[in-house]
Amino acid sequence: MTTHKRTAMLSIAAAALAVIGLAGCSTTGQAGTSGTTGSASATSGPTGAITVFAAASLQQTFTTLGKQYEAAHPGTSVTFSFAGSSDLVTQIRNGAPADVFASADEANMDKIAKTDLAAGSPRDFATNTLEIAVAPGNPKHITDLADLTSSGVQLVTCAAPVPCGAATAKVEQAAGVDLHPVSEEQSVTDVLGKVESGQADAGLVYVTDVRGADGKVDGVPFDAASGAVNTYPIGVLRDAANPALAQAFTDYVRSGAGRKVLADAGFGAP
Amino acid sequence: MTPGRAPVPWWLPVPAVVGGLFVVVPVLAMVGRVDWGSFGALVTSPASLSALVLSLGTAAAATGIAFLLGYPLAVLFSRSRSRWVGVARALVLLPLVLPPVVGGLALLAAFGRLGVVGAFLDEHGLRIAFTTTAVVIAQTFVAMPFLVSSIEGALRVGGDRFERVAATLGAGPTRTFLTVTTPRVLPGILSGLVLCFARALGEFGATLTFAGSLQGVTRTLPLEIYLQREIDPDTAVALALVLVVVALVVIGASTLRTRTVVL
Repeated sequence: MTTHKRTAMLSIAAAALAVIGLAGCSTTGQAGTSGTTGSASATSGPTGAITVFAAASLQQTFTTLGKQYEAAHPGTSVTFSFAGSSDLVTQIRNGAPADVFASADEANMDKIAKTDLAAGSPRDFATNTLEIAVAPGNPKHITDLADLTSSGVQLVTCAAPVPCGAATAKVEQAAGVDLHPVSEEQSVTDVLGKVESGQADAGLVYVTDVRGADGKVDGVPFDAASGAVNTYPIGVLRDAANPALAQAFTDYVRSGAGRKVLADAGFGAP
Repeated sequence: MTPGRAPVPWWLPVPAVVGGLFVVVPVLAMVGRVDWGSFGALVTSPASLSALVLSLGTAAAATGIAFLLGYPLAVLFSRSRSRWVGVARALVLLPLVLPPVVGGLALLAAFGRLGVVGAFLDEHGLRIAFTTTAVVIAQTFVAMPFLVSSIEGALRVGGDRFERVAATLGAGPTRTFLTVTTPRVLPGILSGLVLCFARALGEFGATLTFAGSLQGVTRTLPLEIYLQREIDPDTAVALALVLVVVALVVIGASTLRTRTVVL
């Protein structure tokens, strides 16, 4: 009897522990470093290290830009943390050590500016529009937004609260169609994943996501996409540990060299 | 029950108290963030209510399925003398240590539209992707190991002498299983069910990867919390509190039940 009771109590204790952590264990943050710290610098200009918080959709382009910048400016080190823009805003507000913030939309950058966490005013550096992602070869013959309303098409979109979901709502309105997705995902990467894995027939994602998927999905452009252009702002943060290098990197993103990398990935000019 | 208890080292309460606070303080801090003025409105919005109802329903279904499949597994694991049983146990308990997202990917490979089982079902007009069934599958997958390991532990503690006596008295295996084994491990079954339900209720990663997220169909409470956090942290915190309360009620109820059964 004692053993029974002890077993039960232990199990209950274990249950308690398990339940306390039940709100889920997800990590959305993805930290990545690019390159190594250069050797002592002979060139002029700011040196040292900065941390750039950038929207998840900038992962490929910013990693490239960071490596290029480090190669061109020995003695500098650019580290990135990629996540959803609103996650990054939360982290910055809670004191995360960041020098630069690059947001996937103006709404999230506004939150930073409104709370006086930005140094100076952020500048736009890229734009992005929506495209329909379909399986390679477009087996469902989707040519326009209206085709997505067909009952034989399993459509996945972003949920309204996230930036790509807001853009989806705008194009729906612009095109006058009423979409009925089978799932409203938390991020554009989740939408892309559902199409890539063949779970869904079509998804609304950014042009740059289709470009970055390396042929695992095909992109179908549509007219109403121009009705929802997403603008990406970048800015130095008030609490930047290395404001000089932060400003230099921000300028580099907006320079001709930065523009080229972004354009290659499908980003439009602001 | 027994008079006189074995003494504990004098220093033991120090780490114990720290450990307790470590768990309790974050939850209390979150409760402190709740905006009580709008709490009622936030948790009774249609989106919140449908997420809560969906969560309770799917977690209950997942617990039921896990019991029907997991209890027999636990009995076999505790009785088998085969050396392969260790391997089988390790495989079945794998979701305990797998990140839930990995579980979701595995489920996709099996039950997804292009998966081994999923493609077959799809040909026969049965679609699992993006349905409530997918949520229940994801929850059962991650939660069943808790039930299996909890019940197996209870079975092992007691050994099988009562069952052998029952057999000598003429009871068949089924009768022994239902009237001797099951009542004997009832506390283990109850705590296994609680663990399983709690884990299913909190399931997030596998659901997000495998089932998708649509209000009323696949968006359970943890997914709703994660989504609300994007725009409205107040709602997210309010819903998180609801989840904590549900969890405490479940644990509390089972503690009472277990006591009654044991004493």
